[in-house]
Amino acid sequence: MSYRKANIWKTADWITILLYLVMVAAGWFSICGASYDYDSLGWFNPSGRPGSQLVWISLSFVLVFIIMMLESDFYNVFSYIIYALIILLLIATIFLAPDIKGSHSWLVFGPLRLQPAEFAKFATALAIAKLMSSYGFNLTKSRDFLIILALIFLPLLCILLQKETGSALVFLAFFFVLYREGMTGYVLLTGLCAMTFFVISTKYSDVVSGITPLGELITLSIIQAMLIVLTYIKQRGSLLLNILLGIVAASLLIAYVVSLFIPVNFVWAVIGMILASSCYLIFLSIKQWVWHHLLVILFAALSVGFLYSVDYVFDEMLEPHQQMRIKVTLGLEDDPGGAGYNVNQSKIAIGSGGLTGKGFLNGTQTKLKYVPEQDTDFIFCTVGEEEGFLGASAVLVLFAVFIIRLINLAEKQKTVFARVYGYSVASIFFFHLLINIGMVTGITPVIGIPLPFFSYGGSSLWGFTILLFIFLRLDASRKER
Amino acid sequence: MKTNQKYTLESRRYIIIGAVILSALIFIIRLFYLQIVDGEYKQWADSNAFLKKTLYPSRGMIYDRNGQLLVYNQPAYDVMLIMREIQPFDTLDFCQTVGITKAQFDKRITDIKNRRLNPGYSSYVPQVFMNQLSAQDYGVLQEKLYKFPGFYIQNRTLREYEYANAAHLLGNIGEVNKQDIERDNYYVQSDYSGRSGVERSYENVLRGEKGVEILLRDAHGRTQGKYEDGRHDVNPVSGKNLTLSVDIDLQAYGEMLMQNKIGSIVMIEPSTGEILCMVSAPSFNPGMLVGRQRGRNHALLEKDPLNPLFDRTLMGIYPPGSTFKPAMGLVYLQEGVISEDTYYSCSYGYPVLGGKPACHGHASPLSLIPAISTSCNSYFCWGLRDMLDSRRRYSSVQEGLDIWKDHLVSMGYGYRLGVDLPGEKAGYIPNSKTYDKIYNGRWSSSTIISVAIGQGEILATPLQICNISAEIANRGYFYTPHIVSRIQDNDLDTMYTNRRYTTVERSHYESIAAGMRSAVTSGTCRGAALPDIAVCGKTGTAENPHGKDHSLFMGFAPYEQPKAAIAVLVENAGFGATYAVPIAKLMLQKYFSGEIAPENKYLEERIVNTVLLPKNVLNVL
Repeated sequence: MSYRKANIWKTADWITILLYLVMVAAGWFSICGASYDYDSLGWFNPSGRPGSQLVWISLSFVLVFIIMMLESDFYNVFSYIIYALIILLLIATIFLAPDIKGSHSWLVFGPLRLQPAEFAKFATALAIAKLMSSYGFNLTKSRDFLIILALIFLPLLCILLQKETGSALVFLAFFFVLYREGMTGYVLLTGLCAMTFFVISTKYSDVVSGITPLGELITLSIIQAMLIVLTYIKQRGSLLLNILLGIVAASLLIAYVVSLFIPVNFVWAVIGMILASSCYLIFLSIKQWVWHHLLVILFAALSVGFLYSVDYVFDEMLEPHQQMRIKVTLGLEDDPGGAGYNVNQSKIAIGSGGLTGKGFLNGTQTKLKYVPEQDTDFIFCTVGEEEGFLGASAVLVLFAVFIIRLINLAEKQKTVFARVYGYSVASIFFFHLLINIGMVTGITPVIGIPLPFFSYGGSSLWGFTILLFIFLRLDASRKER
Repeated sequence: MKTNQKYTLESRRYIIIGAVILSALIFIIRLFYLQIVDGEYKQWADSNAFLKKTLYPSRGMIYDRNGQLLVYNQPAYDVMLIMREIQPFDTLDFCQTVGITKAQFDKRITDIKNRRLNPGYSSYVPQVFMNQLSAQDYGVLQEKLYKFPGFYIQNRTLREYEYANAAHLLGNIGEVNKQDIERDNYYVQSDYSGRSGVERSYENVLRGEKGVEILLRDAHGRTQGKYEDGRHDVNPVSGKNLTLSVDIDLQAYGEMLMQNKIGSIVMIEPSTGEILCMVSAPSFNPGMLVGRQRGRNHALLEKDPLNPLFDRTLMGIYPPGSTFKPAMGLVYLQEGVISEDTYYSCSYGYPVLGGKPACHGHASPLSLIPAISTSCNSYFCWGLRDMLDSRRRYSSVQEGLDIWKDHLVSMGYGYRLGVDLPGEKAGYIPNSKTYDKIYNGRWSSSTIISVAIGQGEILATPLQICNISAEIANRGYFYTPHIVSRIQDNDLDTMYTNRRYTTVERSHYESIAAGMRSAVTSGTCRGAALPDIAVCGKTGTAENPHGKDHSLFMGFAPYEQPKAAIAVLVENAGFGATYAVPIAKLMLQKYFSGEIAPENKYLEERIVNTVLLPKNVLNVL
């Protein structure tokens, strides 16, 4: 026994553990800064936030110890059971959790509050790793792919029902893993395009030049450009490219000539281009028997369909506060007292930090309690204000190094199980970083998810610690063998 | 091919790593822009910061049905302080100005800083130091305020009551608690909201909308004027005024009659469902629950053994006694158990069960109208027997009882009526399952005979009893009783403007109304008769296991085109005829004539001077 224990700590990846410790420590100091007040309770008093975070941190070290002491096979063998238990807990939470500011995601045990959604991440990662490592699994088989989707969307839906949209969206991070494991890149590309189209068409939906709505025009032009690029990637015939570019030039010329006599909606010109290009590609695919062209047309058709359903989705399917957040982010709505207030205050706090910051505990914006949720979702404001551009960039670099380290570790794994799990861990951290920093700096809409290791809260710290250290445990036994 | 594919998949890691690096770069560029290129944000924070000052709207006022102002606002002033801005000042002068001692001052400061008592404390944010300063103290403090840096005055409004009546209906306002804040994010600590009565049920209409003034202040906390000349300020929207259907004079008169008694008077206008008065005795002066003495007075009222805070008109549940008989008659008629000409015998009691329940001396056998008029117990016991025990009509006694219950529920018994006041009780009408449980499935009309005369399990609120009377006055329908007849700029909920028909036909109501008219002309409630108005009524006596029986009366007037329905309940007063009937008579006369006729003055005096309180309470007093 003692032999094995010694081995584990020796083979563990200490660089990652060190990065973890640095981030947890930096996070704790940020919480001190965010909740600091001249006459506050002191940092070690457990009824203040820094004090209670310290309790959570100590307890997570206990968790680390337990996780590292367990057999690495334990996680493989029990992955489905853990997943099933967490799903049951998520479902129970929907019904048992009291309404806390509109969300039903917290289980309350006396003074203790736990958010089961934070633990669903590692459970889902385990289940996906287990399934993908099973014999004969093939992601390109539609049956296997559907099972994977079910595994991802089951917890996602449960958390949506708890009215925690942010935590639910985190599960989309698993698509990075699927991409690495062989899912076609078009899925990610489609997601990216959908987001771009959504942003552009919503942002410019009311901007009109002449009688041409600019949002539509730009989006449709992008679709046409994508169409050309996608075709060109597959078949680098200069003739093909010339014909497609010719169609574009012809459409624009006709539209321009006509516009000299009557006002023209240039959207029709671009729709004309897309139709003409599609017809030409259909002709080619029949003639040369190339399926790829049909896929490109399908992409164009779906994109156009998406563009024209955006308004419907936006108006009918999103809640008013979500619409407001999106509009504020896109700069369509100026609402400093409401949805925009948070982001505005957050930007002021970060912006006031300057190059070197105001110094630890000297931030005035965060201390005046202008920034809401300043020690949870908006913790990065405190970093930006007190440590300035240098400190905030250092935190970002730290995260980037950490995530890249995890990806490289995952690639080194000898078992599919460990590799998929490792990629899941990296993807989840990446997604959190993307959404959280994007929100705080006003790039993405306000979606409330914590910044790993920095945001105040026991559930999220524990969730991320478990997520990370199960991977480090799996990695440690790789070297053991 | 296989290895080739594996290779391409492995190379995908570079795309993911690229995405990570790209995102981090974008963020760093964004930070560079925010923190270094764009000086605007820095300027904002360095010299300017927002101070959001809440502008409180004035709460809606409340009028009675004749436009008399009942409740309005008076200004009050809270003393606020921002701990961090306090500089040395003359504490004694301050204490004298606001009328507290130095010790109280020190304790208050410690309490504000104590995070256990005041969890949202921050030395940068205004805290309530003292609330509801009087206008005089405010005047003096306002002049000296420049001497006390860190102290501010926040304007508030308090409620002022024009009359010392209708405390239960009007309700009162008080500071919001933690749950209120969690449930509705409109509220913040130390806001006020309606705690009872109309103040509570119409809180959302009365409160209006808070406004906000965004001020700028520098790093030292000094305000530097309005942010962008007040372009982002929001003006408060005043609350809407309410008009109650209550006649305040009638209400006050009812409260006078009920002094030193326990009970209720409810009057409803049958043609609209509007409540004309709603007296719950004992009552209290609503002005007691305003201002700084609110807490102390509330505790006093809570400790009072007569429980004056309890609104007996809709929270008190009583056996309706004989006032239940008209409803029973209606069910029998509708189900064809009896007709107006069905005769039953009575021999000083219900013959089937050896003279129990007992009855008093009257002609026998008798038909429906005289049975209501003389309040014959046996008649309604016979009716229940013919309804439940004959297997020709229903396959089982259970089915019969459930049909009976359905009719009663349609009349407004057994469930909350939905009055626009908080705390309404449902009363109780048993169903067959209840009796199956008690009697193990073996029971008949004889087992449950007391329900026939409104005793046993039956329970109703005085409001429900009055509502039945309104429904008989309307001959078969009622409007959900309501206390607010008009909301400024808003329509009344359709729940209060739609008729609710019962499951009993209109023609049957004529028979019952005739019976109730006969009770006043020649039966048990002759005492309710008025010379110029055809009063209809029904007395009742509710058995009280804890002491003397409760005296009840329900009725309406006039017989044709009724204008008012009434229910009176006096606890511990014995027979219905003794107290409930004369009180009803006086209330009806007051309502129809506006004053009491000289020949009834002795009656008024007798009622006002009567004390009907339980012995143990009297001893305490």
